[in-house]
Amino acid sequence: MLTKRVIACMDVRDGQVVKGVQFQQLRHAGDPAELARRYNVEGIDEIVVLDITATLETRQALARTINAVAHEIFLPLTVGGGIRSEEDAAAAVEAGADKVSLNTAALRQPELITTLARRYGSQAVIVAIDAKRREGGFAVYVRSGTTDAARDAVAWAREAEDRGAGEILLTSMDRDGTKSGFDCEMTAAVSTAVNIPVIASGGAGTFDHFTDVFTRGCADAALAASIFHYAESSVTDLKLHLRAQGIPVRL
Amino acid sequence: MIALVDYGAGNLTSVRKALTALGAEFTTPGSPDQCRTARALIVPGVGHFDATSALGPDWHSAIRETVRAGVPLLGICVGMQWLFEGSDEAPDVAGLGAITGRIARLEGDARRRLKIPHVGWNALDLRGPSRLLSGLSAGSQVYFTHSYAAPVTSACVASTTHATTFASAVEQENVFGVQFHPEKSGDVGLRILQNFLDVCR
Repeated sequence: MLTKRVIACMDVRDGQVVKGVQFQQLRHAGDPAELARRYNVEGIDEIVVLDITATLETRQALARTINAVAHEIFLPLTVGGGIRSEEDAAAAVEAGADKVSLNTAALRQPELITTLARRYGSQAVIVAIDAKRREGGFAVYVRSGTTDAARDAVAWAREAEDRGAGEILLTSMDRDGTKSGFDCEMTAAVSTAVNIPVIASGGAGTFDHFTDVFTRGCADAALAASIFHYAESSVTDLKLHLRAQGIPVRL
Repeated sequence: MIALVDYGAGNLTSVRKALTALGAEFTTPGSPDQCRTARALIVPGVGHFDATSALGPDWHSAIRETVRAGVPLLGICVGMQWLFEGSDEAPDVAGLGAITGRIARLEGDARRRLKIPHVGWNALDLRGPSRLLSGLSAGSQVYFTHSYAAPVTSACVASTTHATTFASAVEQENVFGVQFHPEKSGDVGLRILQNFLDVCR
């Protein structure tokens, strides 16, 4: 049976892992390669590295970070943040990424999804959607959550799938960094609307939040950062908890 | 020296990294003839079966003859699918034909929320003795990402069940194939690659 995946996310700035609350108030959380090594030992299923500054000056630093993380783990590695062109994606892949995650660029030039899916296969293309609750739906935001994209998350996820995306990474901006639980309603709305896997993100604070998003939220995978970074909880303990709740996990 | 066949489909970085970590020496052959002197052959792959069409008749015959001479061959993901006769994903593209059978699209199950592509960690159900899977415990988990798969035949040494059951590893004399990605499957995956390297000794 296919297991539910637990994914650790590292927001990286200037070669260091940082973490904010609702996309603000960043604080340092450690060295990427060191964290990756710990997560691997604890049984994490995948790692996502998001470059949250993604300026030209930091692009080379990012390549070094990807390379350092890729040498620590033999697990799927996704890289996102500032991937705006086929060349950006190629650089990430060359540095050791198995998948690239597109966000703002996917909305601005949706044909990039198709271009990358043709070159690397759909399995290598994740479309990341940052969304907030709004009357009657879920509003998509771009540019690190600063700009209303005037799109609904469910409709955009469907379009991304049609264009060749292999997975959707859905982040609740309302819940990001709050540890108040995943937005299960939003996750279920997107997950039941598409045939590709949906990774839920934003709000993980307790083990039961994961149980909720894998059951009520219909998530195929769940991603978290803070609760793993500061060693508040180990991935192993989380998975033991999930298994005890009848949720299939890799242990 | 191991020949890691690069036919331009996707990303060999993680395969290279895993082989390097295991201390294996490998090269990427620039022509079919360079396969003939290899100690072992690895055909990786991600993406679409159509990409294997870059391996034309000269590659087919070089690889087939090398394998016939007893050199071990490992196909990974689309590389495993290529070991078969062909795939419904690209009906006009011939596979190597080293293993009997055809690749077909996986079926999902909307009611049970079993999606296609089959992405994530799933268990290997071991089916009898295998050099490639030697030392693995029952139910070992490996990482998959694919929409097409091989049928369970006499060559199947491990099967995996999503909505349906398919061959996740095949082994027939010196021909080996895995549908999953051993290079992304943690310690279990490295063990499988090490087993292949041991076969090549």
